[in-house]
Amino acid sequence: MLPPSFHETQALRSWGRVTQPRQFVQKPAWLNQAAAAVTALDHDGSVLPVGLGRSYGDTALNPDGGVVVTSALDRLIDFDAATGVIHAEAGISLGSLLAFLIPRGFFLPVTPGSQFVTLGGAIANDVHGKNHHEAGTFGCWVEEITLARSDGTIQQLQPGRNDGFFAATIGGLGLTGMILSARFKAIPIRSSLVETETIPFANLAEFFAIAQESETSWPYTVSWIDCFGSRGAGRGLFSRARHVLSGELRAEADATRVSIPFEAPGILLSKPVLQAFNALYYTAGKRHRGTRKTSYKPFFYPLDAIGQWNLLYGRQGLYQYQSVVPPAAGPEATAEMLRQIAAAGQGSFLAVLKTFGPRPSPGMLSFPQEGTTLALDFPNRGESTLALLARLDDIVRAAGGRLYPAKDGRMSGDLFRAGYPRLAEFEPHVDPKFSSAFWRRVKTAG
Amino acid sequence: MSQTSKTVLILGASSAVAEATARLYAAEGARLLLVGRKAEQLEVIAADLKVRGAAVADIALCDLGNVTPASVAENVAVWTERLGGVIDDILIAYGVLGEQSRAETDLADAAAVMQVNFTSAALWCLAVAGQLEQQRAGTLVVLGSVAGDRGRQSNYLYGATKAGLDKLVQGIAHRLSKVGARAVIVKPGPIDTPMTAGMKKGGPMWSTPQAVAAIVRRAADRGGVTVYAPKRWKFIMLIIRFLPDAIFHRSSL
Ligand SMILES: Cc1cc2nc3c(=O)[nH]c(=O)nc-3n(C[C@H](O)[C@H](O)[C@H](O)COP(=O)(O)OP(=O)(O)OC[C@H]3O[C@@H](n4cnc5c(N)ncnc54)[C@H](O)[C@@H]3O)c2cc1C
Ligand SMILES: NC(=O)c1ccc[n+]([C@@H]2O[C@H](COP(=O)([O-])OP(=O)(O)OC[C@H]3O[C@@H](n4cnc5c(N)ncnc54)[C@H](OP(=O)(O)O)[C@@H]3O)[C@@H](O)[C@H]2O)c1
Repeated sequence: MLPPSFHETQALRSWGRVTQPRQFVQKPAWLNQAAAAVTALDHDGSVLPVGLGRSYGDTALNPDGGVVVTSALDRLIDFDAATGVIHAEAGISLGSLLAFLIPRGFFLPVTPGSQFVTLGGAIANDVHGKNHHEAGTFGCWVEEITLARSDGTIQQLQPGRNDGFFAATIGGLGLTGMILSARFKAIPIRSSLVETETIPFANLAEFFAIAQESETSWPYTVSWIDCFGSRGAGRGLFSRARHVLSGELRAEADATRVSIPFEAPGILLSKPVLQAFNALYYTAGKRHRGTRKTSYKPFFYPLDAIGQWNLLYGRQGLYQYQSVVPPAAGPEATAEMLRQIAAAGQGSFLAVLKTFGPRPSPGMLSFPQEGTTLALDFPNRGESTLALLARLDDIVRAAGGRLYPAKDGRMSGDLFRAGYPRLAEFEPHVDPKFSSAFWRRVKTAG
Repeated sequence: MSQTSKTVLILGASSAVAEATARLYAAEGARLLLVGRKAEQLEVIAADLKVRGAAVADIALCDLGNVTPASVAENVAVWTERLGGVIDDILIAYGVLGEQSRAETDLADAAAVMQVNFTSAALWCLAVAGQLEQQRAGTLVVLGSVAGDRGRQSNYLYGATKAGLDKLVQGIAHRLSKVGARAVIVKPGPIDTPMTAGMKKGGPMWSTPQAVAAIVRRAADRGGVTVYAPKRWKFIMLIIRFLPDAIFHRSSL
């Protein structure tokens, strides 16, 4: 049983919206309340801190258990304008951080594709951005974490400390305790504009060539790939960007322009519609090839312009599937995955392809490792979708790759263990009162 | 920061709406005095406001809901002094929701809600109005509620306290208009804050402390005496106020 400060709800779902579990939620406004919330459990209660729920699968869900929502813990604690080191409460969103940092000439060192992500969530999934090949993961920039454990202790974690809690908490999926606050280093910018260039590519070989050529001179690279193109060809659009060296420093207000008001009907996700969308996107991108200057927002956060876009996937929700495979296996494994998807006729709106650089991730369970990462979303069509994902699993496993837990809602415990060799080292750091749907699943399922 | 930065007094500075509003002032480089009864919380807020650019973010401890008339007058004088003799904007944000069913059976509980939300708040309003009148400038912003627009079974005691504030602030606005100072009552619909913890949230009726704060901040600069937050509540409440009793009484609102 959870204490009465936790309220029963079914309203809290993950971004993929595949399940709708009953959970007991508390949203503390103060760090000491947050720390108290994770100590107030009796023997069979479990708890999980969650941020803005932008993880797709079940890492941010704790069915029938307690959930501590951090988004009201959004205060700044300290900022050093000389070094860009900023200390903030864990529930602050990356968007709020940018609103503060940009006018002062700083930017996030690493940012995922949405700014509606909390600092705590960015650390707990050790998120990566379009600059992974240069900057590594978000965790590479974290200097200190304050962690509250269910036994009432509060720990200050720093990199290089030998007790391992720092490395376990970065990418620790919320299982090592509740991150109350964190200090990280922002990077200097001289303008909030970015110079972007879009280059169409006709196949994967071209993609890998452009990627290699770009990575020495462009800090940000990412590609969109058409998974409906003629069988496995892998045409797409490569975009690369850098911060402009002079100009205005202007943070843009809330990114949402329109919101999807309700769950879309299934027809929207039928194969012809998706196919047409992809073809159109490719043609439009091709027409816009070349260089331009834009605000940071459309480049880094294109999807944030549409509020609740996940509702487009209808009542059944969606599965994301993000893998990384080592460099040598990249071209072949990627081509094979695209072939499987085309054969199944289940492609996604937006498939994203990127190469990760060699900078090691600091977390024991961090997802990024050097190689090729492919992220796909699939409308949940039940068995046929799961069967396709299982076929992709085989390719990833054979290539020596791994899946991203933040995006996952169904990988087997076996695949998880195969992909994360430091799991045994991680496990002793798990707080005995902390758990999640993901954790219970990969611990028990084959 | 320049001497032209605003001086702002916030009563109930640890409220979620007040804190979000204070951040907007901080970004402008304002000088803030934060009043509340929990030092630890106010210190956390003050530190945040300073990082965000507040020229000053000071703290005064006071059990705002539990005061004597003499202490109210004295505190307003002291706080005005601490802000350099002039208050540009003052926000009264503290309050309690209470529990209607409990207030119906336990009159002490009802009395406590009225004491905090109306009796004490009215004293602060009156004392501050005197200060603004003397300055011949400045704005008093008070947080009311749409619940004050029509009594309904589920929260009419809370609603009544907010209705009382509404009329009080209207009168003060009238009085201050003679000297060029202002008073505003902001009436939010439901907001996702600790006050509404445990309620079913989400959907078009709910707003965020940030959204309401933006309206509060604007209302302090310009506009009318009555401000709904967000604005759609103006129209919703218009309809609700004019619903005939025969229909209204059939609802379970
Ligand atoms: C449109 C979109 C684009 C995305 N692009 C990328 C991308 O480019 N790269 C990338 O890496 N990811 C990406 N993501 C995934 C997203 O960045 C991660 O899922 C992120 O962790 C979500 O943060 P959140 O605040 O929503 O946390 P949640 O999803 O609520 O939680 C995520 C995890 O963090 C834990 N957690 C949250 N707060 C705390 C805390 N205070 N203490 C301890 N644990 C905590 C939770 O327990 C959970 O395990 C994207 C997501 C979306 C929706
Ligand atoms: N939330 C809503 O849905 C909603 C809707 C319409 C109007 N409003 C009004 O908006 C205002 C702000 O509310 P909120 O939602 O921001 O609430 P909140 O975050 O719960 O804050 C309420 C504040 O009132 C303070 N307070 C209560 N009793 C007090 C007392 N006796 N002395 C001093 N301080 C006291 C609390 O301080 P402590 O921490 O010290 O208790 C707290 O800071 C209130 O007037 C409320 O009535 C709210």
